[in-house]
Amino acid sequence: MNDIALPLPAMADKAPASEAGPAAKRIVVAFGFWVFLLSDIVMFSALFAAYAVLVRNTADGPSGDQLFSQTSVAVETACLLVSSYTCGLMSLSIEARRQLGTYFWAAVTFALGAAFVALELSEFAGMIARGATPQRSAFLSSFFTLVGCHGLHVTAGLVWLAFMMLQVNLRGLRDNVKRRLQCFALFWHALDIIWVWLFTVVYLMGVHP
Amino acid sequence: MTDTPYDLAPGDTKALVSRPEAKLSGVLVYTIGLVLAVGLTATSFWAANTSQLWGPGVALGLAVLAIAQMGVHLVFFLHITTGPDNTNNVLALAFGILIVTMIVIGSIGIMSDLSHMMPMQSGSMGMHMQH
Repeated sequence: MNDIALPLPAMADKAPASEAGPAAKRIVVAFGFWVFLLSDIVMFSALFAAYAVLVRNTADGPSGDQLFSQTSVAVETACLLVSSYTCGLMSLSIEARRQLGTYFWAAVTFALGAAFVALELSEFAGMIARGATPQRSAFLSSFFTLVGCHGLHVTAGLVWLAFMMLQVNLRGLRDNVKRRLQCFALFWHALDIIWVWLFTVVYLMGVHP
Repeated sequence: MTDTPYDLAPGDTKALVSRPEAKLSGVLVYTIGLVLAVGLTATSFWAANTSQLWGPGVALGLAVLAIAQMGVHLVFFLHITTGPDNTNNVLALAFGILIVTMIVIGSIGIMSDLSHMMPMQSGSMGMHMQH
């Protein structure tokens, strides 16, 4: 009989858990940001609940199926989905330490995100021009709060991405810059998950008779 | 300090790039995710506009499609797995989903119950909400 327990084949390259020490900083940072994102999603769930409760209270004003254009929603969805994909490719470039690739995919992500925000703003402007302002009805108040809050998050993400590219330019892909970019990627993917629920609940269920 | 520890960060691309046991390249993982997400989104838009489906069931179908797409995003974009190195991420996610479900289902249930109990109020409700 052998006194020393042999490590399992899969664990052969690792120290045992008792000797591994604390997790690396990038894991702790990303996990903390993950918890923040979940709390952000809890906040969005309250806005979703408010919207679902108030969606019928149009106060004889315009309702969703009169206001929403499915074409612009489809284009917005495509912009955000593809920008989530290019954000993933940016993460791969960062991990492979390819600075040019990082800039390129960041620029594509930024452009698609900016296109999304521009489309959403023009949609809002069109609604307000037709008298569908947030003050018009409880439905519109909750609509502008919910969709506008997501739009604000996307805008904040764009500002964050621009600052991160500045940091990559000035400091290079150092460990702390990489950690921030990792958090940005998490943020961007989470926004896309929220948008999936937004276009389903607000636009598709609202338009469906 | 080892860099292949017992935990993985959510959205960790390092696992895609440098792990020897990773079977798919990183680009392929993201591309599969994109293709699946586009397919589910297209199905959602089709289901909302078609007249071939039973009308009252469409809303439920759309919710199912959204849950499926959320799963696709979590697996292929955020790289949440069921592996032992992801336990912390999955537990946090499960707690978040519990709270979200409680808020949404609870609010909708309570408010629809209230409007059933006060049928006369429903007409003037909209009037109050204007101000």
